[in-house]
Amino acid sequence: MTNRIAQRFADLKAQNRTGLITFITAGDPDRETSQGILNDLPKNGADLIELGMAFSDPMADGLAIQLASQRALKSGAAMKQTLEMVKSFRANDTKTPLVLMGYYNPIHAYGTTRFAIDAAQAGVDGLIIVDLPPEEDQELSDPAHDAGLDIIRLITPTTNAERLTKVLDGASGFLYYVAITGVTGTASANAGQLRPRLDRIRKQTNLPIAIGFGIKSPQGAATLSKVSDAVVVGSSIVNTIGDIQNGSKTTQDVAIQVRDLAAAL
Amino acid sequence: MTEQAHKIKNSYRLGPNEQGHFGIYGGRYVSETLMPLILELEKAYNDMKDNPSFWSEFYTLARDYIGRPSPLYFAQAMTKHCNGAKIYFKRDELNHTGAHKINNCLGQILLAKRMGKTRIIAETGAGQHGVATATVCALFDIPCTIFMGQTDIERQKPNVFRMKLLGAEIRAVTAGAGTLKDAMNEALRDWVSHVDDTFYIIGTAAGPHPYPAMVREFQSVIGNEVREQMTEREGKLPDTLVACIGGGSNAIGLFHPFLDDPDTAMIGVEAAGHGLDSGQHAASIAGGSPGVLHGNRTYLLQDDDGQITEAHSISAGLDYPGIGPEHSWLKDQGRVDYASITDDEALDAFQICSKVEGIIPALEPAHALAHVLKIAPDLPKDHLLVMNMCGRGDKDIFTVAEKLGIEL
Repeated sequence: MTNRIAQRFADLKAQNRTGLITFITAGDPDRETSQGILNDLPKNGADLIELGMAFSDPMADGLAIQLASQRALKSGAAMKQTLEMVKSFRANDTKTPLVLMGYYNPIHAYGTTRFAIDAAQAGVDGLIIVDLPPEEDQELSDPAHDAGLDIIRLITPTTNAERLTKVLDGASGFLYYVAITGVTGTASANAGQLRPRLDRIRKQTNLPIAIGFGIKSPQGAATLSKVSDAVVVGSSIVNTIGDIQNGSKTTQDVAIQVRDLAAAL
Repeated sequence: MTEQAHKIKNSYRLGPNEQGHFGIYGGRYVSETLMPLILELEKAYNDMKDNPSFWSEFYTLARDYIGRPSPLYFAQAMTKHCNGAKIYFKRDELNHTGAHKINNCLGQILLAKRMGKTRIIAETGAGQHGVATATVCALFDIPCTIFMGQTDIERQKPNVFRMKLLGAEIRAVTAGAGTLKDAMNEALRDWVSHVDDTFYIIGTAAGPHPYPAMVREFQSVIGNEVREQMTEREGKLPDTLVACIGGGSNAIGLFHPFLDDPDTAMIGVEAAGHGLDSGQHAASIAGGSPGVLHGNRTYLLQDDDGQITEAHSISAGLDYPGIGPEHSWLKDQGRVDYASITDDEALDAFQICSKVEGIIPALEPAHALAHVLKIAPDLPKDHLLVMNMCGRGDKDIFTVAEKLGIEL
């Protein structure tokens, strides 16, 4: 099987284009709405999808994604449902890479080996686990690699040269550069500051680099597209989804928002 | 192999390993942004451990500012009341600020100062750790921000006011049930957002490595004193140690110096809230399972999907869905026994202790005491039992009055 993530980044490179990665939380605000949004993301311009696994205690996330998790859990989201959503998505889309993002405990509770197998079978391509640094991730990365899943590692402004080597060792798929020191959806990323850091990372790896945390608008995405292989937008999309629940927005607004982001790249 | 080496190999006191693991528990489950900070802290902590000038400053302030050593008090009236084991209270409620929490805060702020940190954050449940943190921050003139759940702010008003008097900024946390777990989430978010200047003083022997080991080290002053005091008083070590457990810092501080003394039994007492079967309790060991939260793997209250469930206890200080990782390991090793006590049992013990011994305990050690009341009558008269009176009850009088239907 061709690796969907590698293929997509190769295609982007061939097209000389920066990819759009969109984040939504599975089951937010409910299973049906969330599935509809997920299924439409590729046609609206998402090159790669990050699907959040709801968690009760999302310590690395700002308010937007905290609320998304709460809405999803309240509507009955659970890991089994998240994997079913991926399976439904894959019934109509076999090309768009999809990675699951979240915290370790729901995976720990599911069982790491069973999770890796079930996720791969559902059509997941990779995992981003925020609270699982390289020092602790072997019990997940071993079964994940066996199942053909990429382990996408995070690099942050605090990652020094010594750690960078450790983080890169065992990383696959792409690298997720966290643009700010802070939680998701807070400060804005600055392309000028990022360039030298990303250049340093590129000296040590050929993996594509996606930038996330702190990208809110098409303009922000456009600016950062100059220094990255892909940009991740999460909180601002998730905020729109929150507004669907309170009735002030519709799924059409999410579609427009994603199209605007894609158009800016 | 020499006998000495053999003994050391079988020691219960060697953990954690270099990765911060106690068996499968502990570890460093934090985001990459925090990882370099945790490693920097670990290095500073390791340097400090063998630094005589650090410990000299610590022990001088422990003596003159906290009031250590705290007495080991033979609780005559309680012993008579139970008519069994000889009951001693370790009087850590007599410390400055009224609980054991300040032992740890003193150690951590001295470390923060040496690391050149200029801002302190902390989480608090009952407010005791918040008060202790605000106190040492006032002493060392370092600004501090305390994260506290909205629910806890409402039920611990006296401590909230004390923290404000001490100059701390209180941040109310409304996420979740507004208790200790939510306050800790928010403190971690703050730390990620202020990586250069901020030191996070965690209040219990939990969180990512090196916190469980470091907090234990500072709280071990409790057990080390008991060893010395009991040997002096009775010419032998205690037979049983009893302490309440939320995260478990007072318990590990009492237990750790005795872990390799096979004749000393230890019992950690968790909060059973409305009862273990009610689903409303804070007994992570009795009613939970291993999982990963707040930087460590440990016993947690969680559902089948790995979502953390809300804890409940009448005592805000025990109202946490996890427990320090070393306790999880000691539980699996069978070295420490873990029991649990309901809200009602703790409330009874609270009143008995007040009337019988003339000591109003905090609701947290009232749980330990309730267990002592259960076991002491069946133990022989020469059985030396030490209970850690880890906090005083002034802060709880409003909660207790309300439970008893009395309007103040």
